[in-house]
Amino acid sequence: MRPEYVAAIDQGTTSTRCIVFDHAGRLVSVAQREHRQHFPRPGWVEHDAMEIWRNVERVVPQAIAQARVQPAQIAALGIANQRETVVLWERRTGRPVGNAITWQDTRTANLVDQLAADGGVDRFRERCGLPLMTYFSGPTLRWMLQQDPIVREKAERGELLFGTMETWLIWNLTGGPDGGLHITDVTNASRTMLMDITHLRWDEELLDAFGVPAAMLPQIRSNVEVYGTTTAALPGISIAAALGDQQAALFGQTCFSAGEAKCTYGTGAFLLLNTGPTPVRSSHGLLSTVGYQVGEDEPTYALEGSIAVTGSLVQWVRDRLGLIESAPEIETLARTVDDNGGCYSVPAFSGLFAPHWRSEARGLIIGLTSYITKGHLARAILEATAWQTREVVDAMNADSGLALTGLKVDGGMTSDHLLMQTIADVLDVPVERPLVSETVSLGAAYAAGLAVGFWPELKGLRHHWHRAARWMPEMSARRREREYGNWQRAVSRTYDWIQIEDEDGPEV
Amino acid sequence: MPGTVQSIERAAAVLRLLAQSTRPLGVVEIAHALSLPKGTAHGIIRTLHTVGFVDQDDRSGRYLLGTQLVRLGGHQLDRNELRSCAMNWSDTLASRTGESVKVAVLDQPLQLTIVHHVFRPDDSVQVMEIGAVVPAHACALGKAILAHTPATAARLKEATLEAFTIRTVTDGRALLGQLSTVRERGWAADVEELSSGEASIAAAIRDHGGVVVGAVGITGAPRSVCDGGRNPRPRLAARVVETARAITGELTRRRE
Repeated sequence: MRPEYVAAIDQGTTSTRCIVFDHAGRLVSVAQREHRQHFPRPGWVEHDAMEIWRNVERVVPQAIAQARVQPAQIAALGIANQRETVVLWERRTGRPVGNAITWQDTRTANLVDQLAADGGVDRFRERCGLPLMTYFSGPTLRWMLQQDPIVREKAERGELLFGTMETWLIWNLTGGPDGGLHITDVTNASRTMLMDITHLRWDEELLDAFGVPAAMLPQIRSNVEVYGTTTAALPGISIAAALGDQQAALFGQTCFSAGEAKCTYGTGAFLLLNTGPTPVRSSHGLLSTVGYQVGEDEPTYALEGSIAVTGSLVQWVRDRLGLIESAPEIETLARTVDDNGGCYSVPAFSGLFAPHWRSEARGLIIGLTSYITKGHLARAILEATAWQTREVVDAMNADSGLALTGLKVDGGMTSDHLLMQTIADVLDVPVERPLVSETVSLGAAYAAGLAVGFWPELKGLRHHWHRAARWMPEMSARRREREYGNWQRAVSRTYDWIQIEDEDGPEV
Repeated sequence: MPGTVQSIERAAAVLRLLAQSTRPLGVVEIAHALSLPKGTAHGIIRTLHTVGFVDQDDRSGRYLLGTQLVRLGGHQLDRNELRSCAMNWSDTLASRTGESVKVAVLDQPLQLTIVHHVFRPDDSVQVMEIGAVVPAHACALGKAILAHTPATAARLKEATLEAFTIRTVTDGRALLGQLSTVRERGWAADVEELSSGEASIAAAIRDHGGVVVGAVGITGAPRSVCDGGRNPRPRLAARVVETARAITGELTRRRE
């Protein structure tokens, strides 16, 4: 049977999906399962890695069945994943050591402060491209190893394995304790703070600084190559790509030339700008990261602006405040009023990410008067995502010396029409959505398809990109400046909120 | 100012009483609780039973709130949620047919609002139509919904409808005839009925209970949407129907 499709797993922060694409890059079927979010303490956010693996075992066969295709028609499998989330597990049994600690978790705040005391938050930036933040895997891994001397001993003896989600999934997909492959890819490795971003290898000095034994680390591979063949979930399929979800979206949006950028709106939002074959060091609070590497080719680098809380703010309004029943209803609520009524919300739930990087900041809702209704609050909630995008775009323009002339967007929140219009308004550039908004999965599928020759070359993938929607700016310059000023004043009031911390994190 | 209608007040009291009760109630109980003559209480309950607002327990013969009443006040589908459910499938429809895709809901008895719009994937300049209001009788999207809206028949029987092109169906009875064809084959079409140079095909989207909540359709040039005889191409109609089903499935899954 001739292979006609490529499958992609998108292991995200809130759910795990499998999507099947055809040769034209068109979506054929989707299967999805959400997993639980564990919040054992304020600021702690964990996932059960076994639950996620079970979800993969379910959604992959489901998506194939829904597409009404035979497994033999699947040319390859690509994986995109939530980045920086750390899993530790036993090599012999495959059992995870505790829950996976996610990228949103702020438990390493004190540890990061201690590490920054000697040389500042940028002490490793030259080597790994990243500032010291709770967000990245290195500090999390160090915290896990410090918690329990037995864990450290086992790690040093090579009995415990470290991985981000793609590592955990590939290991399980290729046999687990029975010969499972222990590998990661350059994009995920570039988010650990443990990899030399220029030479793309684990760096001894960085491993020393974080106290990480080399025995527990996966092998670093390119994004586009056949790693192995599945023995579980859907046996016999080539695993031919792995990328961090945001790099996958950059790939899916076919941003293959320096200067091209995309922003993905999901739980958080991530703006990535392709900067070509050398890493660009940011002086405006952005991250240097690997964009992608095709097989033996030179890597392509990217500048990244990460916004921690966008979609998760809407989920918070749904699940914690109970103002809406489903996330899309935020738009319905926001449309009950014409403007924000003077209300602003800054969702610094885990501190502020790019371009501020203030881990001691916490969220606020400001401008409250008796006039404010839940409709105004819904406006403020949506506008927070738009203004955070504006701040990152300003930083990118400053770093690259170029002015962004349009923004390619994707992700679940692009179904929010009011939000997309607001983003066009505050950026004052057109905002465009491609025909396949599932660019994370599409990017993983493209990469896997390239590796097995299902698609012959990178540039040809551009022909699959079509504009599905475009929002043009409509806001007056005067109003834009006034609102931006208000937003910036709101942001400045989130600073310095967390002050006294002990070993266990903030007092609550 | 007209006075209140006593029998409706009494019917409301009966419904409130049934809603508060933890078990089904008999006619005498209801009559006593509301200080009504038994015959009056019985008449009200039988009427409420006929319209489906009250159910009768088969075994005991007592009365309880009707399932239809519960559904009446139930969750109405949010149009932004409909867009969110429709998004992936509309994208796929646009890429497979090469035409623009729209999703619409019925706002007024004969008026649609566009809730989702995917551009024709040829990268030409197009204007976002989300939020636009469209006459239901003159387009495929509207006909797909009207065909499954119970109050439509009565409303259309005597109506004279506004013409937008020389091909708009303006006679209510003629439109009703078309709607019965729509129900039979599962999709609706219009060829230059709303605007010259445009033809469309649409099919109804249903919620988890089977009620039609909107429609999805493609719009394009008559020569690409239709064959030489100006009939919609069956291949495209099949794609539209498939998409409507997929969105219906997505709505059902989200409600589970």
